[in-house]
Amino acid sequence: MEVIEVKYDNKIVKYFAYATIFWGVIGMLVGLVAALQLAFPDFFNDYLGYKLISFGRIRPLHTNAVIFAFVGNAIFTGVYYSMQRLLKTRMWSDKLSYINFWGWQLIIVSAVITLPMGFTSTKEYAELEWPIDIAIAVMWVIFGWNMFATILVRRVKHIYTAIWFYLATFVTVAVLHIFNSFEVPVHFMKSYSWYSGVQDALVQWWYGHNAVAFFLTTPFLGLMYYFVPKAANRPIYSYKLSIIHFWALIFIYIWAGPHHLLYSSLPDWAQSLGVVFSIMLIAPSWGGMLNGLLTLRGVWDKVRDSAVLKFFVVALTAYGMATFEGPLLSLKNINSLTHFTDWTIAHVHVGGLGWNGMLAFGMLYYLFPRLFKTELYSKSLANAHFWIATFGIVLWAIPMYWAGFSQGLMWQEFNPDGTLANPDFLTTVTALKPFYIMRSFGGLIYIIGVLLMGYNLIKTAKKEHLLTMRWLK
Amino acid sequence: MEIIYLMLIVSLLIALVFLASFIWANKTGQYDDDVTPGMRILYDDEEVKEVKEVKEVKEETNKNNQINKNGSNRSKV
Repeated sequence: MEVIEVKYDNKIVKYFAYATIFWGVIGMLVGLVAALQLAFPDFFNDYLGYKLISFGRIRPLHTNAVIFAFVGNAIFTGVYYSMQRLLKTRMWSDKLSYINFWGWQLIIVSAVITLPMGFTSTKEYAELEWPIDIAIAVMWVIFGWNMFATILVRRVKHIYTAIWFYLATFVTVAVLHIFNSFEVPVHFMKSYSWYSGVQDALVQWWYGHNAVAFFLTTPFLGLMYYFVPKAANRPIYSYKLSIIHFWALIFIYIWAGPHHLLYSSLPDWAQSLGVVFSIMLIAPSWGGMLNGLLTLRGVWDKVRDSAVLKFFVVALTAYGMATFEGPLLSLKNINSLTHFTDWTIAHVHVGGLGWNGMLAFGMLYYLFPRLFKTELYSKSLANAHFWIATFGIVLWAIPMYWAGFSQGLMWQEFNPDGTLANPDFLTTVTALKPFYIMRSFGGLIYIIGVLLMGYNLIKTAKKEHLLTMRWLK
Repeated sequence: MEIIYLMLIVSLLIALVFLASFIWANKTGQYDDDVTPGMRILYDDEEVKEVKEVKEVKEETNKNNQINKNGSNRSKV
């Protein structure tokens, strides 16, 4: 008999977890600055007047930081932790793992530098210029390479659903990122898209919608299928449903992009195609959401005591709301009211703050005690974070829905003689000021929650250190 | 709208890749059991200790180690 011990690489998980917390705080603070600029434009434009933090530069920094830095690092944290355990093997190559880590952080740093300086390709969620685009593609392929190789050397035959979600994430994001980033460099740090006009727009939203679908949704669904059963210590409600959920979702999701271009010069049939696929998405999305929530059947008492499960429940509920609202917003009659209004921002943040944020927080609270083999530093602080974050989301979302609704109605308001009731666009902006102030407050509260989490988790990590020190003495 | 051809080809290629992996998954028996994989993930936290059998070892020693093996063997379940 020969015993082979397999040591999981927990260090890489810790690295990514720290990065998640760090970039989460930074990305959200930048978001807060952007929100305050809308609430108090005079202060920022006239009094401060710094070009580097003007709204047009800060906004893409916020979206890139929370999507690719906060959520991106959270994905890597969860994938590197769960994949090793699901496949019962260490990551195939430690070298690739750490290249993935440092490369990704370098890309983020380069975004933090170039976006405020005004370097942008102007494509939403793909603003980074061509040298960084290439770096992203290389890092992504390294991540995928390591993942595929790990799957090939696995010690179990069955590939758990979560892994399938990770695979779909890798393949689709790689293809879409590469095709959307075809650009002609003019010089270092300036390029123009390969495509032009409405064709460029269609490619952009083919990519853009799938940044939401395959960066914010499928990897997190994979994490959900691993961490919710683990935290509840119950198998997923229906494993069969998880299989159907996965295959249905990936075959439909990629066609939904054109719903971002309703009422544009995109041919009508293409717009309708996007709408049809968006509506179809309700079925797999809600199947997944219910599968997650029903996993807690019989263990709802655990939710009362566990902050981790509380975070997961709110995350799944927010996912359900966002994936129901999304298809509704893609209907042309509803879209005629909501298009270009703050409603869209509210929709995105129910997904971002609710689904991604809460799931990432729950996952981190689950991971730290296990990674450092100790108890969480403070459970009551974690519970406080949960309530603060939930309250923050409510304070964030309600004013923005309200703002979006008023904005849409004001734009459509006519006088009896047929002229616009608000011919001056500015009046429809200044009317929203109170909502922008409330929204900033909601965001501030949410960030305070994240800071509490950072403190709590770092204290947890230090506890392990103290324990080993004592043991050494 | 020539771009639609490029997008259709790329989208369909991705879909075909997924379709192929779906067929592969079905044919290789990935989905033969749709109940226990959900339960098995609940027992994965300890570090893996894979026990490899060395062929020369007599059956008796094998039997003696059976309990030990059942406790920790995680190879190709």
